[in-house]
Amino acid sequence: MTGMEQSFFLEIATQVTLLLLTLGLCLSFIRLVIGPDPADRIVALDLISVLIVAILGALTVYSGEKAFLDVAIAYALIAFLGTVALARLRERLAKRNDKERGDNS
Amino acid sequence: MTDIITALLLIIGGIFAFVASVGIVRLPDTLIRMHAATKAGALGSGLIFLGLAFFSQAPGTTLRALAVVFFLLLTAPVAAHLIGRAAYCSRVNLWHKTWIDEFANVCDWCQTGQKSDHDEECRLKEAGGDGQ
Repeated sequence: MTGMEQSFFLEIATQVTLLLLTLGLCLSFIRLVIGPDPADRIVALDLISVLIVAILGALTVYSGEKAFLDVAIAYALIAFLGTVALARLRERLAKRNDKERGDNS
Repeated sequence: MTDIITALLLIIGGIFAFVASVGIVRLPDTLIRMHAATKAGALGSGLIFLGLAFFSQAPGTTLRALAVVFFLLLTAPVAAHLIGRAAYCSRVNLWHKTWIDEFANVCDWCQTGQKSDHDEECRLKEAGGDGQ
């Protein structure tokens, strides 16, 4: 973004935001690793993608590079599709398990 | 002035996103965790992009930032609904203090076509959860 000089206050605020978002990413990775059910992992992946989109937004303010905003739009789209696909896969596997159990009993 | 508003929106959004990820680690069960992740996460990143829309002076960038906010608010409920449905259909363990489970008595809710199996599970669930 041309012609935008940041004040000192805004720079500190952006750095604090990036720090908070990065800590949040680490915490979500904990849930991604230990999540007992696959649904927990899907929830963690969803939150991770939302956090990455937020990091891209904060980076746009921090660096003044407009291209990060386009990356954020494209990544939000792809992440939504990925979440939908994973959730549908989980549901279909659950239904298939139910049917197999019903056939065996 | 613009800088101060942008900085406030960024920090508030960052705090909301951080609270969402604390919630996803600390909360006790999948559906409750989903509540933290999808609502607070979408609110946090939406606030960050609102701050970006305030910050940028080029109208194209502002419009794109607002488009990201709109898209996040559009897709977060859909994704949350699908994940919740998948989690409930795969019978994740509910929290031990959960006492309202309105679909516990609705058999074959996920339409697997196995009514007898589900009837038995419904009765087991009814016997197990004495809340109602």
